[in-house]
Amino acid sequence: MKSALTAMIAGLLFGSGLIVSGMVNPAKVLGFLDLTGQWDPSLGLVMASAIVLSWVGVKLAARRSDPACPVDPPAKPIDKPLVLGSIMFGIGWGLSGFCPGPAVVAASDWYWPALAVMAGLLPGLAVAGAFQARERNSAG
Amino acid sequence: MDIAWSLFTPWHSLAGGALIGLAASLLLLANGQIAGISGILGNLLTREGRAPWRLAFLAGMVLSPLLLWSVMTEVAPATVQTPDIDTQTVARLLVGGFLVGLGTRLANGCTSGHGVCGLARFSLRSLVAVITFMGAGFVTVALWRLINGGVAL
Repeated sequence: MKSALTAMIAGLLFGSGLIVSGMVNPAKVLGFLDLTGQWDPSLGLVMASAIVLSWVGVKLAARRSDPACPVDPPAKPIDKPLVLGSIMFGIGWGLSGFCPGPAVVAASDWYWPALAVMAGLLPGLAVAGAFQARERNSAG
Repeated sequence: MDIAWSLFTPWHSLAGGALIGLAASLLLLANGQIAGISGILGNLLTREGRAPWRLAFLAGMVLSPLLLWSVMTEVAPATVQTPDIDTQTVARLLVGGFLVGLGTRLANGCTSGHGVCGLARFSLRSLVAVITFMGAGFVTVALWRLINGGVAL
């Protein structure tokens, strides 16, 4: 129960951060991706700020050396799914102005463009999940 | 490239980013989990991935606009425009969303999992993912601008 409570608080903080930073607004996101137009650097600073705070958490977790904290998950190679998947994600991000976090938060507020994105995103996750499961089965 | 200083909202970015980083740290320290939204959503779609912490995190995210959205219309860095519902816009968002879902699951992470959590622990895989998806995003928006003479939305 305690773990569900901390996870819920983390989800609240995470969603609040996306709202406060304006990242739930696809215009802000597309403004960052619009290098050849009027470039809005905001998203870069959001990420930098989030990375610094997140790095503090990683440092604290490492000092505690808690085996439950996956600070150093087993290194996986840089493979084709990583690169091809990231290319697909980038194209979808540039088309819609949404990545998964902001899509969830804005859809929760019934912002229709985010609902449309979620209607595409969930099947996309399911298709890729089915593909990964098949790969695992044929490998094992 | 022109930097649109009038659109840049540094204080909102720093504050919002700090909240996101704080959330990622809390989830790591209290739950031993990575705050990767595509992973959380993808796992919730499978029977074996339906862990209570994932549902609780998602519930927190879903509740956040209820608590904050009305406040944010006052403090938000920019007004959220709502586009008209037309076939082209709906198709763009559906296709875009599908590619985001497919791609993030194949790459095992999105802006949060690779971009924030992965870079915070200096993962090379995450760095490659971030450079790749940002590059693809830049190219997509540049092409869209070239063809349609502006940004979508």
